[in-house]
Parts: sequence; structure tokens; C-alpha cells
Amino acid sequence: MWHFVIRRVVFAIPILLGVSVIIFSLVHIGPGDPVSAVVPADAPQETVERLRKDLGFDKPLHIQYINWLGRALRGDLGISVATSRPVWDELKGAVGNTFIIAVAAAIIGFSAGCAAGALAAYWHGRFLDKVATAFAITGVSLPHYWVGILLVIIFSVELNWLPAMGIGGAGEWSSELFRHMIMPVATMSLIPMGVVARMVRASILEVLGQEFVLALHSKGLFSNRVVRHVVKNAAPSVLAVMGIQFGYMLGGSILVETVFNWPGSGLLMNQAIFKRDLPVLQGIILILASFFVILNLLVDILQSVLDPRIRR
Amino acid sequence: MKNESMHHQKITPLFSSLILSLIAFIVLGIAISPAAAGSGCGVLRVGMTASDIPRTEGQPDNGFEGFRFTGYTIYDSLINWDLSRADKAAKLTPGLAVSWEVDPKDKTKWIFKLRSGVKFHDGSEFDADAVVWNFEKVANPKSPQYDPNQAAQIMARLPDFKSCRKIDKYTVEITTKKPTALWPYELSLFLIGSPVHWEKLGRDWKKFAGNPSGTGPFKLVKVVPRQRAELVPNEAYWDKKRTPKLDKLVLIPLPEPTSRLAALRAGQVDWIEVPPPDSIPGLEAAGFQIVKNLYPHIWPHSLVYTEGSPWLDERVRKAANLAIDREGICKSLLNDTCAPAEGMVSANHPWFGNPTFKVRYDPAEAKRLLKEAGFSKDNPVKAKVLISTGGSGQMLPLPMNEYIQQNMREVGIDLEIEAIEWEALLQRWRAGAKHADNKGVHALNISFTTQDPFNAFARHFHSRNVPPVSLNAYYHSDPKVDVLLDKTEETFDLAEQNKVIAELHTYLVDKAKWLFIVHDLNPRAMSKKVKGFVQAQSWFQDLTPVCIK
Repeated sequence: MWHFVIRRVVFAIPILLGVSVIIFSLVHIGPGDPVSAVVPADAPQETVERLRKDLGFDKPLHIQYINWLGRALRGDLGISVATSRPVWDELKGAVGNTFIIAVAAAIIGFSAGCAAGALAAYWHGRFLDKVATAFAITGVSLPHYWVGILLVIIFSVELNWLPAMGIGGAGEWSSELFRHMIMPVATMSLIPMGVVARMVRASILEVLGQEFVLALHSKGLFSNRVVRHVVKNAAPSVLAVMGIQFGYMLGGSILVETVFNWPGSGLLMNQAIFKRDLPVLQGIILILASFFVILNLLVDILQSVLDPRIRR
Repeated sequence: MKNESMHHQKITPLFSSLILSLIAFIVLGIAISPAAAGSGCGVLRVGMTASDIPRTEGQPDNGFEGFRFTGYTIYDSLINWDLSRADKAAKLTPGLAVSWEVDPKDKTKWIFKLRSGVKFHDGSEFDADAVVWNFEKVANPKSPQYDPNQAAQIMARLPDFKSCRKIDKYTVEITTKKPTALWPYELSLFLIGSPVHWEKLGRDWKKFAGNPSGTGPFKLVKVVPRQRAELVPNEAYWDKKRTPKLDKLVLIPLPEPTSRLAALRAGQVDWIEVPPPDSIPGLEAAGFQIVKNLYPHIWPHSLVYTEGSPWLDERVRKAANLAIDREGICKSLLNDTCAPAEGMVSANHPWFGNPTFKVRYDPAEAKRLLKEAGFSKDNPVKAKVLISTGGSGQMLPLPMNEYIQQNMREVGIDLEIEAIEWEALLQRWRAGAKHADNKGVHALNISFTTQDPFNAFARHFHSRNVPPVSLNAYYHSDPKVDVLLDKTEETFDLAEQNKVIAELHTYLVDKAKWLFIVHDLNPRAMSKKVKGFVQAQSWFQDLTPVCIK
């Protein structure tokens, strides 16, 4: 087991390094100049050049990359071009804010998805299956931003029950934060709910169709014992899907966070793109890529615990 | 069958508890009521279009919206803008300087008499040393207080600054690089912060940004990056007529127009900048106030004068100006949030002059002029305009340009539109029409301020201001325009200067130098509780008389 874990951790290092090269190249290839994006349109050339030098954008690209990587390895992601604040300070607040709604949306989306998928599978072909499947397809198909806007119109504009935007105060835990979370969480949980429901349904149906389930029933095992076997066999593929979905949510949905003006990683990334704030963009993508790698690692480990054949 | 019912029994409680949790989550959230508002004249919550709180350490970013909300609120300039009237274009007015005059013998030297008895928010005194220190902060990289970020924001706006020295405690002499009568306009954007407070904070501009000290009517008490800034009145403000009535001013960045609109309609903010035009009838029907006014803004097609441009022919330029149905744009697309342009400035402006060419919608005359120039519907003028998909002050660039494209097609001008992202457009603008990236581009659609003669005219039309000097990206060159622009700079009497600018403007319109399309009316939507606001004809606004009732 440990050998498997260590091997996966070692594999993660070149993946992250590769991701960092791709991030760095992509953000520098894109059109737009980070320095001229933060000064007035007719700023004197000497002012622009001085700022470019101060920010290190005057050096060759490969030197910039090596400097950036060296600093990133020491935990310093640089300074935001747009705000002059440390990138890490920008990121930790934003990622923390996204984490709050991503975890809540994951709990709701995954629970509802598992419940709907299980119902559909156990009542396969019957009315409940059709309802649960329709529920799942709706969740996958509805565009995030449209649902978000619809919720805002109903619950904020028309009924005036919930706040339309923001995080409430400065993001400290409070009833205000809780009220502000409701609509972004509900919107964000729709897609994982639909995806997980479909996956759970398909996996359970596949396992239920296998001969060992028939054998367990024919041996007179109680249904709850059979369920345990079914769940254990269906879980690895569902876990993989959950891992990816949670990664997406941690990445912060740009659209959901933009609609609700939720100051998370998605909104930060959106703003960094428009302001050509390359240090923030590089920092945020690196952090999110790291989340994905770590999540995949955790899912692999969990899968191998549930199904030891995976380790081979 | 038995198995199925047993599964049912196992699963149903789980499902039911999940549903109950969801309902509890929503009901509990709904049951908690929002925080109570402040007392007295109330708390004004403003939804800005900026995506972050504009810089607070002195020289704001985010264009003139930054000056509006964290510039002239926290700070003053030596020369401020009079924002008290809605019926006239805003004028310069004494700020931290009570008077100023140019040295008649050497017109590069200006003497500023400073206001005495003014205190910064930290209680320290404003004087000549503070003025000199502030100029060093942005113009002298060797000074300990030099801040490259503030320098980057302001030095482009002070192109003529050379030096500043103290004469006595309340007098400074400022020297410009060349004699220029436009210096007071430039100086109005230079804001003064407290040197003593910066020293107290350990000479740290980051700490100063979180806890700034100016002399302005509001004091910043809290800033949460990307979320909110809170300002309270400066009770000791030197201009007692402008002591804020509000208990608190809260600034919230809301860059997404629909989020801004929803926040207003949900009562989370009392005031939003730039409501989407199609939301205005609904807002009015729901009892919200829509406040708008002319201000120094132009939304043009800035025409390129390089070789091969179709706009080198004056008849074609005039035809294009006559082809555009400006009323249609303002009424059908923008719900009356713009005014048809008849020139660079509005017809009631002192700089408008008396042009003989009337900018109007006259497709028949446009066709006649094109025919005279050798064009027709079968042999159309071919031109390309570079536009943005959005951006500050750009209004609705895609539908507006498509409307213009249709107008032009009807008279025989085949206008190609190249739409790019806002920052990319600004970069192409700075590069100029002769840059390889701009090959084949005949016009740029970038809106801008016309509040001072340099920004309105000189940087675009003077032949010396081609890139990289300034923004004559179009390589416009006309000796008469250069002479009038130089004369503007040399005319120190304001009334005479206005006459020269009016002559210049008359000439620009008569020669149809650009396509003058619309002026934005700077709409704001606000709750009916907002009282006392006077929307000045300016990019800046005075929030001190506002009250929430």
C-alpha cells in the first residue's frame, strides 16, 4: 500500500512541473501587456518601462520562469501587478471563500446525487427511476449562470428573501455569510448532483446485474448485507467522478462566482484575466492544478482501499 | 418484491433526511434577517463598476471611477472641481490652493498660495512641505517616499511637471517643462496625502493604503480588498459647506452589470453606476430613480489618416457622419442613456464654437457626397474599424457598431468590424495605426474624456503626439490644428483660451475630422431613499450632500 502511495506522490511532481511550464507559457503567449494594463493609456514610455523593470517583466521569458519557479517553491508567488498586494494574500482569501461553497455544494450535490442514483437503480424502469433520471439530466443540462440568475430574480429581486450578491461582511462565519451562501451553493451543487446521480445509477445497475449478487441473494443473505457488497463494488467509479467534480468546484466556477459576485478563486481568475494580472493568474492556476493532483491522489488511494486490485 | 421493499426502507429515510436538511438550510437562511441600517443621515451603499476597490494610497487606479470614489472622497488636490451644479459643465475651483498665477516673465513658473489651517485625517498640518513631499513621491525615484505604483498612475496625467519648491510655509512654486496654460487641468488630478502619517506607519505604502490620510471630506475606516470599503465623514473638513451628511459611505465593487442590477433591486445597495440600458424602464416602473446628465465624454470613430485610408477624403468623412442615425442608437438601443453628438463636445459647451457643417442624419446628402467622391452602392467605400467587446465607458460597443454598420451600408460604405477584448484594443491604440498589428485598420472606436483641452484634443490631433509620445495613434497632421493647439497652451486667460478652443472645435467639425457619434449620459440608478444628489456634468461627483431618507 505504502509503495503505491509513494509511487503516486512521485508521479505528481513531474505533472505539477509540466503544469507550471504550460501555465507560464500560456499566460505570456496571450495578447495584452500586464504593465500597460495597469497604467493610463498615455502613460509615458519611461514610466511604463520603469514599472516593467520593477516587476521583472523586462527579463527574457525563461529567466522570468526560473525566477518565478524558484520563488514559488519557497512559497512566494510574487506580487499582483494590478493591486501591488502579495499574490498569496489574494489567493488564500479567494480559495478559502471558494472552499466554503465548494464543500457545501459537494455535500449537497453528492448526497442528493447518490440518493437519486440509488433510487433510480433500485426502482429501475419504474416511475421513480424516470423521475430521478429526469432530475439528474436536468441538473447536468441547466447552465449554471442561467440558474443563478433565475434564483436571484426569484429569491432576491421578487421575494427579497436572500441577498443577491457578495459574501456578507468580510467573510467571517456569521448568519450573514450563511444567507449569502445559499444561492451560490444551490447553483453550484446542480451539476455534481446530476453527474453523480447518473454515475451511481449506472454503477449500481451494472453491479446488480452481476452473477455474484444473484448468488448472494440465493444464499439467503439479508438485503442490507447485499447492499453493502453492491456499494463496495460500485464505489470506485463513483469516487473517481466525485473527485473530479470536487476539483472543478474548488477551481471555483467563474460563472457562478461572477453572477453572485462571490469573491472566490473563479472571480479572482476572471478579474486577473481581464487585468492581465499574470502573477495572480499563474499563482491561482498553480494552486488549482495542485488541488486536482492532490484530489486525484486521494481518490486513487481511496479506490485502492476499496478495491485492492487497482494497486496491481 | 420483498427485496425491493427492503431497499426502499433503507433508502427512504436517507433521502427524506437529505430533503429535510435542504429545507432547513434554506428556511434557516431565509429566517435570518439582514443587518439594520445606520442612523442619522444614513449609510449609502454604492455598487461600482470596478472589479476591486480602487487604490486608496493617493493616486487611484480604475480610471476616473477611481478618482470619483477613492480619490476626491479621501483626498483633495491643490485645484478641485466644482461639482455643485447640474446645469453647467464642471469648472476648476480652489482646493488646497486658494489662488494660483503664472509668472508673467517666465510662464513655466506657477505660484500657488496654499490654504492655511487644513489638517490631514491623522491631525497633521497641511503646508508647503507636504506639497513638495507629494511631488517627490511620484516624480523623484531617489526620494524615500517614491512609490512606483502611484507614479505609474499619475505621471501620465502630469506630462508637463518639472519641479516643485517651497517659497514659504503656505506658498509653493511649480515649474513646468514648457509654458502651458493647461497646467491647472493637469494638476487637478494630483492628490495630496499626509507625509507625517506615512512616517508613522513605518514608511510603508501598503499600510498607508489600508489606513490612508488625506484632507478630503471622507475618511477611509475599513477596506476589504475586492469586497468593500467603508468611509465616514471627516468632521474637520476645511470646506464646511461640503462636510458629508452621510453617516457612512460603503463602496462595493460589482463589475457584472446584472449582479449590480440585482443587488439594487434586492436592496443590497442604494445606488449603482451604469445600470444596463434595457433595465431602465423596469427600474423606473419599480420606483427607482434614474439620474443622468451630459458630461465630457465622446464615443467616436477616431479616423486614421495614414496612406490608403478612405478617410483622407473630406467628402467621405462627411458622408459617413451624415449616414449615422444617432437618435436611433440612443432611443432604440440605449433607452435614452446617450445624446447624439454634433462634435467632440456637446452643443451647449463653451468650446463648441459655431461649425457650419451640421452633424446630423441625412442619408440622401451622404449618398450625394459619396457619388461626388466617386463611390456608390456598387462601388462602396471599404473601411475597417477596430472595436472592443466591452470596457470602461464603451457603452454597448457591439450592437452600436452593428447599427452604424447597417447605416453605412445603406449609403454605400462597407464597414468591416473587428471586435477585440478591451485591454487588447488599448494596446493596439498605444501602438498606433502604423504598427504591423494595425495594418488595414482605418478607425478605432474608443470613448474618452473631453474634460480638459489636452485629453479632448491635443493628445489626439497634434502632429507631435504620435506614438510613442501620446495617443495620436491615427497620425493626424494638420498645420492649422497644430497652430490652434499650440495657441491654446499659450493662452493663459481662461476666457480667451475658451475662444481659441471654440475656433479649434469649429474647424475639427467643419472638416469632419472624426465620426462624432454619441455622448454618454452617465446613467445611475438609485433607490428613492437617496436624496440630495446633484449629478454634475463631470466624470467626478460630489457625495457630500447625499442623504438616505
